Amino acid sequence: MKKTYKIEVDCANCANNMEDAAKKTPGVKDCTVSFMTLKMKVEFEEGADPAAVMKEVYANCKKVEDDCEIFL
Amino acid sequence: MNKKQKNLLIRIIIAAVLWVPLFLIAEDIWKVNMHPVALFAFFLVPYLLVGYDILRKAVLGIKNGQVFDENFLMTVATAGAIALGEYGEGVAVMLLYQIGELFQSYAVGKSRRNITELMDIRPDYANIEVDGELEQVDPDEVEVGSIIVVQPGEKVPLDGVVVEGTSALNTSALTGESKPVEVGVDSDVLSGSINMTGVLKIRTTTEFDESTASKILDLVENAASRKSKSENFISKFAKVYTPIVVYAALALAILPPLASLLLHINVPVDPEYGLWGTWIFRACTFLVVSCPCAVVISIPLSFFAGLGGASNQGVLVKGSNYLETLSEVKVVAFDKTGTITKGNFAVTAVHHSPLDEEKLLEYAALAEAHSSHPISKSLKDAYGKHIDLARVTDYQEISGHGITAVIDGDQHIAIGNEKLMTKVGVEAQPCHHVGTIIHVALNNEYCGHIVISDELKETSKQAMAELKKAGVEKTVMLTGDARAVAEKVAAEVGLTDFRAELLPADKVTAVEDLLKECSDKRRLAFVGDGINDAPVLSRADIGIAMGALGSDAAIEAADVVLMDDDPLKIAKAIKISRKCLRIVKQNIALALGVKALCLILATLGIGGMWVAIISDVGVMIAAVLNAIRCLFVKDL
Repeated sequence: MKKTYKIEVDCANCANNMEDAAKKTPGVKDCTVSFMTLKMKVEFEEGADPAAVMKEVYANCKKVEDDCEIFL
Repeated sequence: MNKKQKNLLIRIIIAAVLWVPLFLIAEDIWKVNMHPVALFAFFLVPYLLVGYDILRKAVLGIKNGQVFDENFLMTVATAGAIALGEYGEGVAVMLLYQIGELFQSYAVGKSRRNITELMDIRPDYANIEVDGELEQVDPDEVEVGSIIVVQPGEKVPLDGVVVEGTSALNTSALTGESKPVEVGVDSDVLSGSINMTGVLKIRTTTEFDESTASKILDLVENAASRKSKSENFISKFAKVYTPIVVYAALALAILPPLASLLLHINVPVDPEYGLWGTWIFRACTFLVVSCPCAVVISIPLSFFAGLGGASNQGVLVKGSNYLETLSEVKVVAFDKTGTITKGNFAVTAVHHSPLDEEKLLEYAALAEAHSSHPISKSLKDAYGKHIDLARVTDYQEISGHGITAVIDGDQHIAIGNEKLMTKVGVEAQPCHHVGTIIHVALNNEYCGHIVISDELKETSKQAMAELKKAGVEKTVMLTGDARAVAEKVAAEVGLTDFRAELLPADKVTAVEDLLKECSDKRRLAFVGDGINDAPVLSRADIGIAMGALGSDAAIEAADVVLMDDDPLKIAKAIKISRKCLRIVKQNIALALGVKALCLILATLGIGGMWVAIISDVGVMIAAVLNAIRCLFVKDL
């Protein structure tokens, strides 16, 4: 399953860091963050609960880039 | 500017105003007797004011195990400078860094808005009639089969069928075609078009997510997430670059003094700072240069601007990676019908007419004015002017024959096939041309015939010339048509090669043969109208679908979608991609070149932090401005 989330982040490198952080989160199969469109596209693993996974993704992103926001 | 940016701007201005007199005092230009501790305390005010968020992020980064980010680098570098007594320089570096950040955030935000505006066809609301009153709802909430009302000036929010009303629709946002499309009861309408004249009631046939507007938006928005090789290269580069520079800086701070102390090697020493101070200061300068902002920001921005500029020209590129491939295209294969030729039927000749060609077409168009047959559309298109319906009376459609009518009250016209001519008692002259022949009789006298057939697109010939100019070496037409027809078309538009009498499956084989001649730097593009080309489109290095609106299969299979039918856009798409890639390469070379130079200067102790930060911010600004040039592709 794929879902797209709106995000807010200030720099391109931070967006790359968020992408990496999200990719490492359990339950996330793949993720791309587009700094230009401010969108995070997440592909979830089979059977994962998006809401719970996204909570983790958010926490992990906050760790690498404090100044970011994901609109869940 | 948003709130965050305004805030930062105010902080920068206040800090700069505070910094100037302090700097003059510190440099002894303005002779004020101030205790060094007091001076330090005063400098701390603009430093913290302008840089507190950087310091905070650096601390948080260390806490979260993300040590090597630019916040950390700037903090260490500026704190190092201040610790060495270079208050003015330390604060200035922070100040300039923030100016750079502000500019970057503003420029990116602005271009992001500009680019998304160019691509915006998103309908905001749909009107639903509830108890006789219109209510605006989110298009997302409208169920399939609902009746929606679209008033003049509004965007059609969902695809559907007209159940009431007639109007003209502006579909230019979808197709780039500015001519309005007439719709009436039972016409299909696509979301994203703008209703121009009448009120329409539409029964929706799709959900919002499945509607044309959503699909196009989705395509455009996803484009940015398909990253190009250059983008991936840069993000990988940024990951290794920063740690390497940090360790190098550490080595620079420690090794030369150690070498001097232990091995008694002569190393340069600035008497002002002492042995350790000199090298720590150089290491701090090194750190200032280590921020990879300029490349990291400018590469995705270049691609995004390129995608935006292209989409504004009616060229949808599905991803930065395709923009990259497109720039390497050397061989272009074409489908014929619908790509090089119009595929719709148009007036190609008028024969044996005693009247002016123009006059005959005018009469024909008038007589056919009430008909919705494709042939009448061709006639009306050929006439091309406004048709005054009041001039037509006694209109009669004789099924299987044609039309009789009276024009301007006294001109009795009969227009149709040979059977009609026999019926009205005039002898029709046979025509040796291939196509549909429309005979015209005026006041019971034969007035010649009009030939309607598939014709070349006006721009096909020019398109081939443009492709050649853009560096495409080979243009090949693949067609199922007879050899003679293919040969004529190929010669007429100036193709370098053609393959005729191909079955649809043969086209794939033909493309595979052509692919054998291609390589990584010599790419093959296939251009088709997408109706039965899906397998070929996906087989080619890059598939370009033309006028693909409404054909989902083509939008799915193609990598580049040309919204309208103009073959000139192929050359344009290639030129846009070349320009974009050129700018990307310029930016990479500029940024990395300047960084390398600054690192060398920092190691040698030339220029100090000033040179480092000014070049860093300067390169970033130059790279961002250069990236935005990708947006200006109109006149390519």
